[in-house]
Amino acid sequence: MTHKKNHVVEIDDVVVRFAGDSGDGIQLTGSLFSDSAAYAGNDFATFPDYPSEIRAPQGTIAGVSGFQVHFGHNNIHTSGDLADVLVAMNPASLRASLKWAEKDAILIVDSDAFIEKGIIKAGYDKNPLEDNSLVGYNLIKAPISRLTKEAVKDLGVEHKAALRCKNMFALGIVLYLFNRKLDSTNAFFEEKFKSNPLIVDVNKKVLKAGFIFAENVEAINSTFRVQPAKLKKGKYRNITGNIATAWGFLAASERSGRKLFLGSYPITPASEILQELTKHKQFSVKAFQAEDEIAGICSSLGASFAGSLAVTSTSGPGLSLKSEAIGLAVMTELPIVIVDVQRSGPSTGIPTKSEQTDLFQALFGRNGECPTIVLSAISSSDCFYSAYEASKLALEHMTPVILLSDGALANGSEVFKIPKVVDLPVINPPVVEPNDPDFKPYRRDENKLSRYWAIPGTEGLRHRIGGLEKENITGNVSSDPLNHQLMVKLRDDKIKRVANYIPEQEIIGNDSGELLVVSWGSTYGVMLTAVERMQEKGKDISLAHFKYINPLPKNTKEIFSKFKKIIVCELNNGQFVFYLKMNLPEFKYEQYNKIQGLPFMVSELKEKFSSLLNE
Amino acid sequence: MEESQIKVPVIPELTKEDFVSDQMVKWCPGCGDHAILSSVEKVFPKLGIRKEDFVVVSGIGCSSRFPYYMNTYGIHGIHGRAAAIATGVKIANPELSVWMITGDGDCLAIGGNHFIHVVRRNLDINIILFNNKIYGLTKGQYSPTTPKNAITKTSPQGTFEVPFNPGELVIGAQGTFFARATDSDPKMMVDVLFEAAKHKGTSVIEILQNCVIFSNKVHELITSKETKEDNQLHLKNGKPMLFGEEKDKGIILRGTKLEVAKLGENRVTEKQVLIHNQSDPDPGIHNMLARMTPPEFPIALGVIRAIEQETYEEAMTDSIVVAKNTSPLKSVDDLLISGNIWEI
Repeated sequence: MTHKKNHVVEIDDVVVRFAGDSGDGIQLTGSLFSDSAAYAGNDFATFPDYPSEIRAPQGTIAGVSGFQVHFGHNNIHTSGDLADVLVAMNPASLRASLKWAEKDAILIVDSDAFIEKGIIKAGYDKNPLEDNSLVGYNLIKAPISRLTKEAVKDLGVEHKAALRCKNMFALGIVLYLFNRKLDSTNAFFEEKFKSNPLIVDVNKKVLKAGFIFAENVEAINSTFRVQPAKLKKGKYRNITGNIATAWGFLAASERSGRKLFLGSYPITPASEILQELTKHKQFSVKAFQAEDEIAGICSSLGASFAGSLAVTSTSGPGLSLKSEAIGLAVMTELPIVIVDVQRSGPSTGIPTKSEQTDLFQALFGRNGECPTIVLSAISSSDCFYSAYEASKLALEHMTPVILLSDGALANGSEVFKIPKVVDLPVINPPVVEPNDPDFKPYRRDENKLSRYWAIPGTEGLRHRIGGLEKENITGNVSSDPLNHQLMVKLRDDKIKRVANYIPEQEIIGNDSGELLVVSWGSTYGVMLTAVERMQEKGKDISLAHFKYINPLPKNTKEIFSKFKKIIVCELNNGQFVFYLKMNLPEFKYEQYNKIQGLPFMVSELKEKFSSLLNE
Repeated sequence: MEESQIKVPVIPELTKEDFVSDQMVKWCPGCGDHAILSSVEKVFPKLGIRKEDFVVVSGIGCSSRFPYYMNTYGIHGIHGRAAAIATGVKIANPELSVWMITGDGDCLAIGGNHFIHVVRRNLDINIILFNNKIYGLTKGQYSPTTPKNAITKTSPQGTFEVPFNPGELVIGAQGTFFARATDSDPKMMVDVLFEAAKHKGTSVIEILQNCVIFSNKVHELITSKETKEDNQLHLKNGKPMLFGEEKDKGIILRGTKLEVAKLGENRVTEKQVLIHNQSDPDPGIHNMLARMTPPEFPIALGVIRAIEQETYEEAMTDSIVVAKNTSPLKSVDDLLISGNIWEI
């Protein structure tokens, strides 16, 4: 039955989805596969889709963990709509994931897992591999469990330990399918398990066994090749949003000369930012795991007062807890960045699913007249630039900045073109020199209206600030009515003037026409893909994707005025559109909202836009 | 503010006037806070610390207006959060002398969580806890230290709650320093503030403070001329625990419990009286001392506990030094190109 395949199909892009029990190592398998795509020079984006339980009951739908990789020869902006290849390690993962696969997808299943117990647990009446329900799919039944055990029987490892590597057998199959080499994955084993050579051997053997199985099995009659992407010259790496966020702060710290302080409390899906920064003490980073969310931001504010680039990271419920302290930051006009990696809410919601539902909270969730800068990262790699930009704005304008990310960006990864820190914009915090005779705590820069930063320890600048209303210029406590109104207006104007320091809004496509698609934050990739595909078909459609939310870019009104129709698309019940109606009530807005804890699909967006264009 | 920066050794001589701010003090006439402010203003110039290196942090409440009255760097925070803010200030710049001003409501009710954690971490900050056993600024509701059955605005039939004893809380939270003084004894306040400033680690100083409006005379038994000698035990390290006008009463250990004994009665001699050892790592006796309450016992004043232990910021600074010496990553550019990268 041995026959080498010589039929190689060239394809532009492909979506592979791995699915298995939450203990099956699916996230690792997926990220190793994306590493191999990187190694082969493809552009790619990934989307992990996992339950919040660490080990939900084995074999159940609730315990299914997924990881989707979209890679290609052209620029890849999304993790893909539906999978061309689905790997399902058990009946539950097949049942849960089939709806995310194309109708003619290649299905690779561990046939050993399709025994009665597993089939029933997954909610099937009969074995789906045997009842013709998968007609149309290219089904590859691989006895993964049995062959995994067999592959390592000479190494003297127990069955249970061997079975832990069965995900690598599946990975071997997929690597073969796409004409990959095993080098990058083997190198990973050698690095990861360097203290345990046996584990390195076991993983290598299983991976290779999967590869050889695929080479020999008749069900695979051709393989696929995705040519390297036409990326610009430079150095690249794979990066997730949370890591990019953490690194953006490191870069801002280095560039501004202010030590980085992070006060944070663990919360899904933001914890990796804290975890990552605890690793980088060589850059003098002080990452403080606080006793709660409130201590997270309050310690950061203390560090900000003491002269640090201060950051706190959280998700929606944590942002709620930080509200009062953000008010204190607004009143004391200290620089601080609050990262909200949004997740599905309200309350605890669906912690591992992504949404854009904290926009109102970021804009309005505080007592008093309490404006802050709000900006939103637009892709996993953009998290680096957004964290940098948020730091720059906070430091130069002496204000809290809320940076919105979300679960999809945070855990998703994509190709990141590595910048040089020296090429990033300069950051100039308004630090007061010792004994400055003109220093007053609330004297302001006449253009930005930001006050100056007098750092404890500096001679001649002792002063007190706090949450009580401040007298203009002196900063003394004041409850004078006219002073209060003046200070409210000054704080408001300070944020409005930030519009003079941020880029104008860009339009993708013609700057006037039939339909303007408006979106913000993490949906950038999918919006861009949908709009570009329709533009390629000659449709009169443009995209304005917002990163700067408060203040809005200065040219927003001008852009909107040049289109017949505007549709605002967001993964919530209509928060940005509400904000636009509030700021620019002269326009009529259509809206498209999805609140399922899932990203938009290119197909559904195109369908919606087509219907608007055909009206 | 490099960790390695050497501090200027010459500090000009300072006086109380260097620390008096230009703001009008707005506490009620007769409030115990005035005496505490005065004591702090006396202590700061004597600590050998540059006046620019003091930071006074507070939460919300009458006592928390304190930073506005001190000519230092200061931050008046939000209710209960002073400990968290002070934590950030100290970690960010361990060179600063950080003083936190708080009350029994601010510190032990809304701020209780931050308080036990700052104590547990042993950051080198000084916490002055003004304990008047009532909410003053909100006008007379009971606090976590209000005695059980006390009638207040929110307990018209008397409170149902068992109060906290701040000393016990500090010791239970792995505290390394706890001292107590009264607002009516400026000398003792100055003494314990000095000791607190000297202590490396979180120092908690409970000041029994009188609110003339809402809990007037709550500490009367301890502070009045007529009764104070019998109700105050002034602890001195290495000295026997004697009290009373004639110093004829002492604290002895009988079985596992403390007891008040009169010298000469029941064959008790000074030899049996406990010697105060503030640096005993075992918190057993310290806890019993902190719990002593009149009229059964005199209240323990002075330094009850002061033990040596590594501070949070020392450990943090050390680990930064180690990382700097051992990490191959010298810049963020190094980090960006570390690990799995590829070139096109």
